[in-house]
Amino acid sequence: MGKIINKKDIKHIAKLAELKYSDAEIDKITDQLDKIINHITKIGQADTSNIVPTSHVLEITNVYREDKVRISFTREESFKNAPLEDEDGFKVPKID
Amino acid sequence: MSLINLGAYELNELIKKKEISVFEIAKAYVQRIDEVENDINAFISFDNDLVFSRAREIDKYIKDGNDILDFTGIPIAIKDNVCTKGIKTTCASKMLSNYVAVYDATVINKLNRHRFLMIGKANMDEFAMGSSNENSAFGVVRNPWNLDCVPGGSSGGPAASVAAFETACSLGSDTGGSIRQPASLCGIVGLKPTYGRVSRYGLVAFASSLDQIGPLTRNVKDSAALLEAIAGYDEYDSTSINTDVPNYKSFLNTDIKGMRIGIPKELMIKEIDCEVKSSVNNALRMLEKSGAIVEEVSLPNLEYALSVFYVIAPSEASSNLSRFDGVRYGYRNTKSRTIREMYKKTRAEGFGPEVKRRIMIGTYCLSSGYYDAYYDKAKRVRTLIINDFKKAFLEYDVLISPTSPTTAFKIGDRADDPLTMYLSDVCTIPVNLAGIPAISLPCGVSKNNLPIGIQVIGDILREDNVLKIASAIESEVKWKMNLQI
Amino acid sequence: MENEFADIKNEYETVIGLETHVELSTETKMFCGCKLSFGAQPNTYTCPICLGHPGSLPVINKKAIENAIKIALALNCNICENAVFHRKNYFYPDMPKNYQISQFDMPVGINGYIDVDMGSYVRKVRVTRVHVEEDTGKLIHIGSTGRISEADYSIVDFNRAGTPLIEIVTMPDIKSPDEAKQYMITLRNILLTLDVSDCSMEEGSIRSDANVSVKLISSDKLGTRTEIKNLNSFRFLQRGLEYEVDRHIDIIKSGGKVIQQTRHYDNKTQTTMVLREKEEAHDYRYFPDPDLVPMKIKEDWINKIKDTIPELPSAKEKRYKDFLGLSDYDSSFMANDFEISSYFEEVLKHHDNAKAACNWIMGDFSAFINKDGITLRQSKITPENLAGLIKMIDSKEINGKIAKLVFEEMYNTGKNPTDIILEKGLKQINDTEKLEKIIDEVILKNPDAVSQYKSGKSKAISYLVGQVMAKTHGKANPQIVNEIIIKKLS
Ligand SMILES: [Zn+2]
Repeated sequence: MGKIINKKDIKHIAKLAELKYSDAEIDKITDQLDKIINHITKIGQADTSNIVPTSHVLEITNVYREDKVRISFTREESFKNAPLEDEDGFKVPKID
Repeated sequence: MSLINLGAYELNELIKKKEISVFEIAKAYVQRIDEVENDINAFISFDNDLVFSRAREIDKYIKDGNDILDFTGIPIAIKDNVCTKGIKTTCASKMLSNYVAVYDATVINKLNRHRFLMIGKANMDEFAMGSSNENSAFGVVRNPWNLDCVPGGSSGGPAASVAAFETACSLGSDTGGSIRQPASLCGIVGLKPTYGRVSRYGLVAFASSLDQIGPLTRNVKDSAALLEAIAGYDEYDSTSINTDVPNYKSFLNTDIKGMRIGIPKELMIKEIDCEVKSSVNNALRMLEKSGAIVEEVSLPNLEYALSVFYVIAPSEASSNLSRFDGVRYGYRNTKSRTIREMYKKTRAEGFGPEVKRRIMIGTYCLSSGYYDAYYDKAKRVRTLIINDFKKAFLEYDVLISPTSPTTAFKIGDRADDPLTMYLSDVCTIPVNLAGIPAISLPCGVSKNNLPIGIQVIGDILREDNVLKIASAIESEVKWKMNLQI
Repeated sequence: MENEFADIKNEYETVIGLETHVELSTETKMFCGCKLSFGAQPNTYTCPICLGHPGSLPVINKKAIENAIKIALALNCNICENAVFHRKNYFYPDMPKNYQISQFDMPVGINGYIDVDMGSYVRKVRVTRVHVEEDTGKLIHIGSTGRISEADYSIVDFNRAGTPLIEIVTMPDIKSPDEAKQYMITLRNILLTLDVSDCSMEEGSIRSDANVSVKLISSDKLGTRTEIKNLNSFRFLQRGLEYEVDRHIDIIKSGGKVIQQTRHYDNKTQTTMVLREKEEAHDYRYFPDPDLVPMKIKEDWINKIKDTIPELPSAKEKRYKDFLGLSDYDSSFMANDFEISSYFEEVLKHHDNAKAACNWIMGDFSAFINKDGITLRQSKITPENLAGLIKMIDSKEINGKIAKLVFEEMYNTGKNPTDIILEKGLKQINDTEKLEKIIDEVILKNPDAVSQYKSGKSKAISYLVGQVMAKTHGKANPQIVNEIIIKKLS
């Protein structure tokens, strides 16, 4: 099996996913992901010409809600699990 | 005979006859949990005072002359990825270790209408990702048949708690086999309903197009009853099916003469243990004796199922798990100076390795330049698999296979090899991809005293056929339970 | 300056495309039942769904889809029978799920256009797509300046998160900042007519991003484009674009190269500033949202919605011209501003005299409100009262002079004309008996004018009429007075 994934790919994917691997972890995850992706590429062998992709196994369409107001959270419920908040909202560090 | 040995149905009969109180049931189970929970570790949240006070409330409710429904006062454990208002819902993750759910899942609302007795929140693989329950921030769950073995996963807690008589039944979730595989490894009955039969509202999503909530029980009758209690259309879940819920219990103990059973040869592969194979074949012979027609059938595209699953499930998961960022709830790295640093550290520290691995796989499969080759291609191959099943169900009422290629394996054995671990679900995954219902129930015990499970698969919304055959197997195939605890 | 711009225009061609976001004014959010609210206590209009709590699921607001279809139809789009919601994945603290439910390759409407009336010509601006998505929450940056780059920390309010948003994207068919502004005015007027959004600029319920590039007319190669974000007023849009076009031209003239950037318009300095260099390689990983099922927008549904679309401004203009007999200029003035046309038509509902209504609105009324810097609806005069005034003139209860006085009183107090006339005794005197008495007096007191008239100076009669008008404080019906005097003196 040829290498599909390298360390640079891992860093790029981790950035997209907002994850971080230490230098110590990165070799292991690169190797594991490469093995898994190599296995996955098997799907390339299936002949899918004229086959449409399935997003939903059930052919349900047009499911809507009426535009009716439901009860919202109280302030307390809103912040119940908040790691850090003040009167006006959820506090987050400087946006970069 | 102790109360804990009774199934939900039998308990219900006794409650109806006013022969026992719910408090007595609660006492029996709490005592059992006290005895074995140290060994099993099936629960993440369990509070005996809360169980007793709930039991008293239900007793009062009954005393007030209210209707006793199928699950009034019946102890049910809830997998910890199902939201329970005011109670911790952790998904066995450090990320949500202090998260208190702010609303009840639809299945909980439905069971509350029965006045069920919630016994506790059950352990699981983190965010339902795993096949051994070793990926839990709250420790491994042990198999009651052999404490050195895994209970299976991801619903390891729900399965082990039922098998260990810590609860009468439980609710789990099944994305690629997470109800059926642990049910098989723990010697109990696990049912994954048709996709959309049970509302997903309040089930913390792993892979939205595959997830279903279902019952884990000690017998097929309880399984049918619990499915009936939780099934039905939900206006809060756009993917739920808007058709009436049948009386599932009525399909039990019926004549199966003339029913056609297909055995997909792609699920009877060399990776299946000999003992597992022979137990399944033994059950098939029994079914033939009862008048069913058993034939081999080929679903050629099932060979791609595992690969398709490991594209679709991680892709959806990578997006579903984006919301865990430390902003509104859950774990947060508090030492970060910027938002990006906070995201990365929060998620790197809050998620376990398997969850991160799947987020990485999914992000890769959806990313620019790879989408067509992976995600889109996988969805097309998924169509091929669905078509294979459709064709098979033109000929057969149900399909049968082993649930798991092996019996329960030793804790630690596969922990470092994700691919081998993924193979544990090779027989259950195709069912989720096709959205069809399937049940796993015991069909024997191995020489080294571990249970073997058989899987019965039905067409879309044909839980009736699944239950008919499962009920026939249950009554014909004899095996002996021999727990280590 | 003007000439310079004209010269530049000759040499360079400006190419502008707009992406406009419109907040719909539905009762509830796009995917949950939280009420839409502006200016409420932060985070009190939230729920498990719009706060992105684990396990929650979205369900599509039908009204929002119907409004989107309405808009797409009004913009001459084709409606896509199979419309799908996708997830747009990126991390930002104002996004509860770190993905936005939006539309990708299967939006509600495609391939439409808007005719923008530029007075001397019409610019056809093609609309590539009309799609539905959810709005984000609001960020407040806490620090000395309130700017994101200098903030110590930020605060998130999710009340706005999940508000239904429509995105309208044009082809780069717009050729000048002025056309861009006119496009926005036209679009806003259509949306107001459809009654799908309050289109409030201050509250940001309609805001545009603009793509601009400039190229030498002689060149076939398109210029490098820059994007200006969040232009939330007509003025900012025009000024920002004008600045940006000039900047591009200066760079090109001096032999430099325009760099692809995202910029931001600062009204204080009236300049645009760099927000971020180039397009950071965004990878949104779009895929169909598995929590939502596809929409099937069939013909019968479309037709039902079509029936609910009111008369659009372009049709209104034609009707004013053809059926109400207004001039080209007047028709355009009355039709192409939603507030004016709705006011105008309400006046007509109470009294059917289009020309008079138009004259009042364009004449005295406009003069008054312009002076005070308010709009028709903000003034104290209701359409019903204006109709009442016109009716009184038409039935000769008051004359034109009195009408102007009454109008001023109506404008100042908001009272209805009948009350004002009663209060001030301004009713026209049509009673001949009463008038004859006064006329006899005037004739007696002005023998000179009488003799002048009798000697053939017919003009002298207007002096006499004026005397009667003065005596009646302008209330006499001048025509009747005229007739009586002639009769008496002959
Ligand atoms: Zn909400």
